[in-house]
Amino acid sequence: MEASAIKARLTAPLGERSGRARAADPAFKWLLTGLAALILVLIAFFFFFLAGKAEPAFSKFGVLGFIFDNDWNVSKSIYGALPLLVGTLITSVLALVIGVPVAVATALFVTEMCPARFKSPLTVLIELLAAVPSVVYGLWGIFVLVPFLKEPSQWFADTFDFLPFVGGTVAGPNYFIAGLILAIMILPIVSAISREVMATVPTDHKEAALALGATRWEMIKTAVLPYSRRGITGAAMLGLGRAIGETIAVVLVIGNSPTIGKQIFDQGYSLAAVIANEFGEAANDPLHSSALIAAGLVLFVLTLVVNALARWVVTRAEKKNGKAFTGSTITAQTPIATVVSES
Amino acid sequence: MSTTAILPTISKRRRRADMLARGTLGFFTAIALVPLGLIIYYLLSKGLGAWSWDFFTTDPTGSFLGTQGGIKSAILGTLEMVALATIIAVPIGIGVAIYLVEFGQTSRFAAIVRYFVDVMTGVPSIVFGLFIYTTLVVAGTGGSSFAGWKGSLALALLMLPVITRSGEVVLQLVPQSLREAALALGTPRWVVTMKVVVRTAIPGLVTGSLLAVARAMGETAPLLFTVAVVNGTTFNLNERMNSLPIQIFQDVGQANDQLVERAWGAALTLVVLILILTLVARLISRRSQFS
Repeated sequence: MEASAIKARLTAPLGERSGRARAADPAFKWLLTGLAALILVLIAFFFFFLAGKAEPAFSKFGVLGFIFDNDWNVSKSIYGALPLLVGTLITSVLALVIGVPVAVATALFVTEMCPARFKSPLTVLIELLAAVPSVVYGLWGIFVLVPFLKEPSQWFADTFDFLPFVGGTVAGPNYFIAGLILAIMILPIVSAISREVMATVPTDHKEAALALGATRWEMIKTAVLPYSRRGITGAAMLGLGRAIGETIAVVLVIGNSPTIGKQIFDQGYSLAAVIANEFGEAANDPLHSSALIAAGLVLFVLTLVVNALARWVVTRAEKKNGKAFTGSTITAQTPIATVVSES
Repeated sequence: MSTTAILPTISKRRRRADMLARGTLGFFTAIALVPLGLIIYYLLSKGLGAWSWDFFTTDPTGSFLGTQGGIKSAILGTLEMVALATIIAVPIGIGVAIYLVEFGQTSRFAAIVRYFVDVMTGVPSIVFGLFIYTTLVVAGTGGSSFAGWKGSLALALLMLPVITRSGEVVLQLVPQSLREAALALGTPRWVVTMKVVVRTAIPGLVTGSLLAVARAMGETAPLLFTVAVVNGTTFNLNERMNSLPIQIFQDVGQANDQLVERAWGAALTLVVLILILTLVARLISRRSQFS
């Protein structure tokens, strides 16, 4: 090609795109925006639809009456969800009390103590817990854990009956077993997020502590824990959200009796479990099915509040520390652990 | 050298506290691994005994005594429903992720969408099931009450936020310079997005989607309300279908050792399927240059 031809080509104005080609871009953008809007519409529809279906139960018993009356009696058509709510809270709190210390300790062990070559195998092993479906946890719980823990629990109840909520006869399936299974189920996610938060502790802080002569534990206590406290709190609350919504594993090991147990080895019920168990028989009873949907709505709002709080705590921690782990990290950057465990 | 003389030695008390704390951390870590070991042990010891050729090639008969059959319909049902859920959830989930990264970015609308995707991640799976039950099953949409495709929809709702959030992270990792280079060559925005950004991020997107699939596969609660259960194999997604989680859930409740054994065998099958998906997802993400 001659020099003049090249020059002419280089200086020529860029070709205008045809009308159709120009329309493609906005169309693409609006298509994707529409998809995003679809999510919002879906959730709004979701909420109002369920609220509408729950209305008969709420109007018959009153919203507060439905939530705080201690009487769930299907045969008399009385629906007060307090025993279920209490069961959900007891098992979830037990899960936190058992699961969070273990999860945090595991995270500390992996980030601060473990030899480098064991780090990733250990992480993978803990994340494997997240790959087990909840129905398998339930199966394992009812056939292995319940018989195995019966006698030790009875011994514990007899020996420590001066403690509050301990003592009396141990039921086969009970709150404690449900809480224990939930603790195992939330362990991977709480551990994964804690680990991520601990990884953001500046090396300077840790080295400064060590240089001042701190032992490893003193370094953890003065540098790692204060820095990651908020992140760990957020992680625990996300775990709480999981525990509250868990259904199938709990149905199988909580005993399914709609009363408030007096101690942690009593049978009980949870919001999610009652829905799973009773919806079949409720199909021909409008008030009953409305009550179950109302229970679902209470569950929905409860998890919503817990998750919003968790995110708020984590975002504030992020602002304070000014870097790295973000709200999105929690749901997105830990997919291996979180994704599978979000049951 | 006198440096060692200047530093006071660590007192016995502090040393003991250190040892104790480290020991506790190690002990707790060991405790965390106990349930995993126990679950794997019981799955293998009880589940493998149930495995046989017939176990995988016959449908459950539904009879309490006599031959109870295998889990063929459950495996096929799970695969069919999860496949349909994937077909629904992956395009929408990735589409929303593309919107958030390429177009929405830091706009107010994008922030709201992001928030509600997070909200969806926290919604218990049973609530999704309840939602599909009240909207589609009770109303008998499509001329069926309980149906496979309704279960797929519930699973898709569950997968959607997971795919979007992981997709967003992966798309953000695509270097800005690639987009700018393509745009500078006069390429239309949508071509840049589809042919440059998405293509670069494909391994990560596949990983995120596979993990979402693995999660959906083990879900019981949403299927309970939307698909119910049936014994025979069916390829009609507008009918009731069997699935592994529901099959296990049903068998657990039976006071019959053989049915419980089938539950263990089915549980092992389900866990193996999920592990294979997780493993493939990890291998793909390891091979990709980002993430």
